[in-house]
Amino acid sequence: MSGIRHWVFEPGLFDSDAVRTAVLVGGAVAVVSGMVGVLTVIRGQSFAGHALADVGATGGSGAFLIGLNPLWGFIGIAVVAAGIMETVGARRPRGRDVATGIVLGAGLGLAALFLYWDTTWSNTTGASITVLFGSMFVISGSTVPIVLAFAVFVLAVVVLLYRMLLLSSLHPDLAAARGVPVRLAGIGYLAALAVTVSLSAMTIGAVLSTALLIGPAATALRLTKRPGAAMALSSAIAVAATWLGILLAYDSYYWPPLNRGWPVSFFVVVLVFAGYLFTHLPGTGPRRARQTPAPATASPVGLINTRTGA
Amino acid sequence: MIPRPPSGDADQEILGIDGISVTLSGRQILDDIRFSIQAGELTGLIGSNGAGKTTLFRVILALQTATTGRVLVAGKPRTRRSRLVGYVPQKILLDPDVPMRARDVVALGLDGHRLGMPLRSAARRRLVDEMLDAVGARGFADARVGHLSGGEQQRVLIAHALVSRPKLLLLDEPLANLDLRSEQEVVELLARIASEQRIAVLISAHDMNPLLPVMDRIVYLADGRAVSGTVDEVARSEVLTDLYRHPVDVLRIHDRILVVGGPRATASSSAEQLADSEVRIL
Repeated sequence: MSGIRHWVFEPGLFDSDAVRTAVLVGGAVAVVSGMVGVLTVIRGQSFAGHALADVGATGGSGAFLIGLNPLWGFIGIAVVAAGIMETVGARRPRGRDVATGIVLGAGLGLAALFLYWDTTWSNTTGASITVLFGSMFVISGSTVPIVLAFAVFVLAVVVLLYRMLLLSSLHPDLAAARGVPVRLAGIGYLAALAVTVSLSAMTIGAVLSTALLIGPAATALRLTKRPGAAMALSSAIAVAATWLGILLAYDSYYWPPLNRGWPVSFFVVVLVFAGYLFTHLPGTGPRRARQTPAPATASPVGLINTRTGA
Repeated sequence: MIPRPPSGDADQEILGIDGISVTLSGRQILDDIRFSIQAGELTGLIGSNGAGKTTLFRVILALQTATTGRVLVAGKPRTRRSRLVGYVPQKILLDPDVPMRARDVVALGLDGHRLGMPLRSAARRRLVDEMLDAVGARGFADARVGHLSGGEQQRVLIAHALVSRPKLLLLDEPLANLDLRSEQEVVELLARIASEQRIAVLISAHDMNPLLPVMDRIVYLADGRAVSGTVDEVARSEVLTDLYRHPVDVLRIHDRILVVGGPRATASSSAEQLADSEVRIL
């Protein structure tokens, strides 16, 4: 019995500071990524999410170059880019798509330059891998409270704007007619999105952050038809994939033939993808069956009269 | 015709459109529109595509500022924050992936503008259920909205617009893309809502005929200008000839009204628009 337990949880797993930090930070990032991801999918802004993460890589690699905590670089650039996207694309959705693509390309070009300098000048050979593919096991202790604070910020924005964002994702005019400040709510959401992808750039990497943003959300949307439940489920899937990924990455240090650890981001992304495929198995996914609609003529409008008359 | 209620508030003016003009990038979309709607009345806003119906709705909703003129809702200037106006936009087809049941959409009509997560409450649920009943949507209350048919989504959106008890309900082309049976059901539903809930209902449509049995008043829009009154006052050859600035014949065949262009076709823009509407009406 203990043999199996040791095989699943390799020795030292729970004593490792790196693992503890990864579990804490990875879990927090997964929670907000899952929640924001649901909004991103139903608002059709997956591309914007991916672009913000990639543009954030410019900031991350630049911060590396000048010895700053990359998290500040990621967040700073991603928030600025989100602001530009909002300003440019507010009126024309197609214009936004093009603007996003162009800013994304320019950002990645700069990132390529910064990463080249990172590796040649400052001799931080791991910079490319860290910025692009994550560094869950090498997050410094001082970064942890910052990540947690930003995760709380995102959580607060999503909870506060929850109903406004749902309504405006149904139809912006519907929300505006209800008195929702659609533009303002959209800006709040984009800020939350920029911070979220920056946080997941720190854990599973800028390039892979989209997987953690979109994958769990898309899976959850196939399994539930309630907005709150979709967010909770999406977060749970993201956390499960992250923690299981950490476990597998730790175990992989003991795997033959190399006995060298596999990247944790790889496991997380594979698990997210596997979850999504699972919902496409026959018998899962959204149920289409529904009751036959009641005839319109049979509706007791009188009920309303008693209320309005009161 | 819905019998006009005897109560005194029947003449309460719910919507006053007072000389609204809108010019967008040099083009005059609306030109000095004036009409008013009373409580419990169902009014049809009739005009072909491009006549300015949607722009007028956006002005009433304060989503578009008028160049001149003002909109009064229940006697007060309309503000965006006001919840006196319920709105059902033109042909929304909700995404099948949206994780919302019909009842979630209706509940958002109650408190979608508020901060924070909704709290579950019996009162909230009862209000939503009542409204779902009122529009005959109880049977699919727990279905994903994106999987409902166009007509069913329409009902859900009407319930969404009504649940906050507005004084005025605006529906942009609610009959477009509906089959004949759903069309008739929606028309009857709206007439009942107007008379029983004592609210003013303004429906835009390119064809007046489906609304004829229930319409108290008509606002006929052409080329950004409007005439309003009862159907008998407006649907007359000389009135519409004046409006179109082009000879027009209004024909009554059984219970239907047809508006057809007159003999002297000119190349003016209003003639083109008329030809447009003529095809649709026929």
